[in-house]
Amino acid sequence: MKRYTIFVITENFIGILNRITIIFTRRGININALTASESRLEGIHRITIEVTATEETVIQLVNQIEKIIDVIKAFYHEDEGVVYQELALYKIPVSKLDGGLEKIIRQHGARIISAEPEFVVLELTGHKEQTQELLEILKEYGLLEFARSGRVAVAKRMLTIDSFVK
Amino acid sequence: MKDQMIRGADIVVRSLIAEQAEVIFGYPGGAIMPVYDALHDYHDQLRHVLTRHEQGAIHAAQGYARVSGKVGVCLATSGPGATNLITGMADAQIDSTPLVCITGQVAAHLLGTDAFQETDMIGISMPCSKWNIQVRRVEDIAPAIAKAFYIARSGRPGPVLIDITKNAQVDFGEFNYVPCLGFRSYKTHNPIESSAIEQAAALINSAERPYVLYGQGVILGKAEAELKFFLDKSGIPAASTLLGSGALPQDHPNYVGKLGMHGNYAPNLLTNKCDVLIAVGMRFDDRVTGDLKRYAKQARVVHLELDPAEVNKTVKCEVAVLGDCRESLAMLTAAIDAKKHDAWMKRFRDLEEEETSAVMQHDLTPTKDGLTMGEVINIVNQYKADDAVLVTDVGQHQMIAWRYFNYKKTRTQVTSGGLGTMGFALPAALGAQLHDYSRQVICVVGDGGIQMTIQELGTIMQTKAPVKIVLLNNNYLGMVRQWQQMFFDKRYSFTELDNPDFVKIAEAYNIKAQKVTERGDLREAVEDMLIHDGPFFLEVVVEKEDNVFPMIATGCSVEEVRLS
Repeated sequence: MKRYTIFVITENFIGILNRITIIFTRRGININALTASESRLEGIHRITIEVTATEETVIQLVNQIEKIIDVIKAFYHEDEGVVYQELALYKIPVSKLDGGLEKIIRQHGARIISAEPEFVVLELTGHKEQTQELLEILKEYGLLEFARSGRVAVAKRMLTIDSFVK
Repeated sequence: MKDQMIRGADIVVRSLIAEQAEVIFGYPGGAIMPVYDALHDYHDQLRHVLTRHEQGAIHAAQGYARVSGKVGVCLATSGPGATNLITGMADAQIDSTPLVCITGQVAAHLLGTDAFQETDMIGISMPCSKWNIQVRRVEDIAPAIAKAFYIARSGRPGPVLIDITKNAQVDFGEFNYVPCLGFRSYKTHNPIESSAIEQAAALINSAERPYVLYGQGVILGKAEAELKFFLDKSGIPAASTLLGSGALPQDHPNYVGKLGMHGNYAPNLLTNKCDVLIAVGMRFDDRVTGDLKRYAKQARVVHLELDPAEVNKTVKCEVAVLGDCRESLAMLTAAIDAKKHDAWMKRFRDLEEEETSAVMQHDLTPTKDGLTMGEVINIVNQYKADDAVLVTDVGQHQMIAWRYFNYKKTRTQVTSGGLGTMGFALPAALGAQLHDYSRQVICVVGDGGIQMTIQELGTIMQTKAPVKIVLLNNNYLGMVRQWQQMFFDKRYSFTELDNPDFVKIAEAYNIKAQKVTERGDLREAVEDMLIHDGPFFLEVVVEKEDNVFPMIATGCSVEEVRLS
């Protein structure tokens, strides 16, 4: 089992995400994270799915996804084949702020994006290992809330989606 | 401008006519009533058949599609009408049958409000459709239907669903039908790579014991002649899957029998003895392969397949020839050496003799009193037309009828293969018959399955479809009982049936009916049935506790195929 990123280039069509996710559900495979966004080309969406599975399974998933009528192209990469980022938000009560926190923010390259009378919100982007590390530290600071996005990624391979859209 | 505007419901019907639909099957209800109203105006151009249940409508559309090679069409209302189509959609999806299912839906402004007879049909049909779409505006109706037909019939065929809200059916719009010829996200099939053909040919030329397995892909790809030429030249023995039956006439010298759990002895056993396995338009279903860990491990596999998702899915291949097998078989035939494989072929014939003495003699020419299913099919074979269509349900009778029916022509086999849908046969036979009244359609069905859709006798009565129904009655859910006997210590849990008087039921529908309990009456009854002008219902009371052999039990390898 390994971590893979599956990219799906699709028409912007109602229900497409559902059609993709039921392929995972049917095989009892958990999606670690999923993000969807518009692509560089108008009307075309890209979906990025992070999954932990064997390569054999991932190949079959990709084949099944690509078979969906409104999917233009699906492919997968190992972590080494993609540049990826995740974004995490941490909500911390003002009462727990002390001098130590400044050091932590600097060390991790996090930033404060909101300060309210009762809490501040820190933001960190990076790989899951980095956002997780900060999460463990901030638990000591009475962390109120934590949210982490799915992976957004681009492939290192020099292929653009234009080559799939004809 | 306003005069050129027609109702959405008329657009639905005129689009179907534009797609050359001849017969459609359906059942009316609130949310589809505007379309039914429109059908009234076009009944000279488009025949609608009222079934007695929506499940009957979709199975009839499947039967029609299977024998005709055209797209089957069915129509249902929203809610329960639509959900009753689901079993047939799942069946068509797994057996690659081209269908367009049109369902009514509540008006767009009511969507999501739990309105009367509202069901999320897009959500429900998603896993069992090749594609689906909800149409909420009149101007989207014709393009959706055009796209639906194109998707249903192209590539690997399958069922599509169009869910049309009631407002779209009653609103007025322009009608200008533009057939769909393709779109960017959908590739019907891959072009054939000549390197794959070269590799496959080299492998086949070097083989000492090559073996061809062919499936329904040959029929769907209209590659029957190409398969025959390939076999003629290569001299390779060939076996059929359940749905591939009919793709090659069974009297072809290379034909060696049928594959799978209840297929023939030699084709299963020798799967593990061949050195090159050539799979054509088949998907290595678990009922064909048995235990995958012990399936053809010695063989180098060539897979001719249209659907890339089927390649390396269960059986790993050395050479994948992606694309249309009609083209790839022709290219391969040109690239291979002409050969004979007499010694290898003889191994099939020798094992066939073993099966004949161990199984077929009992089935076809029994000496005990009780009638066997096999002898009924044997007699049907003697009187049937060469292009007779065999429609079967699911269970023991299905396997026996398949084993013994003499397939001579393509598109003569209609059965629920992948899904195993009991209740399929009677409506499917009706649909097959309505494609061509002059063709002999023989519906072989068990006493369990027929009672799941027995109401379609009413549709047979109303359409006067001359379906020949052969009910093989053993008063049991026979296949389940066989498993209980073999694997559950003869604990016959809920498999025995108290049955009605089937002949009386058929007669109540004004269908000529006869019951046979004695061997001496069988031949004449079959003959009478097949020459009868109109539908005929023949009930044959068969041995209660007979079993289907050969058999590859669940979890066993193809080489563990049992003769008893």
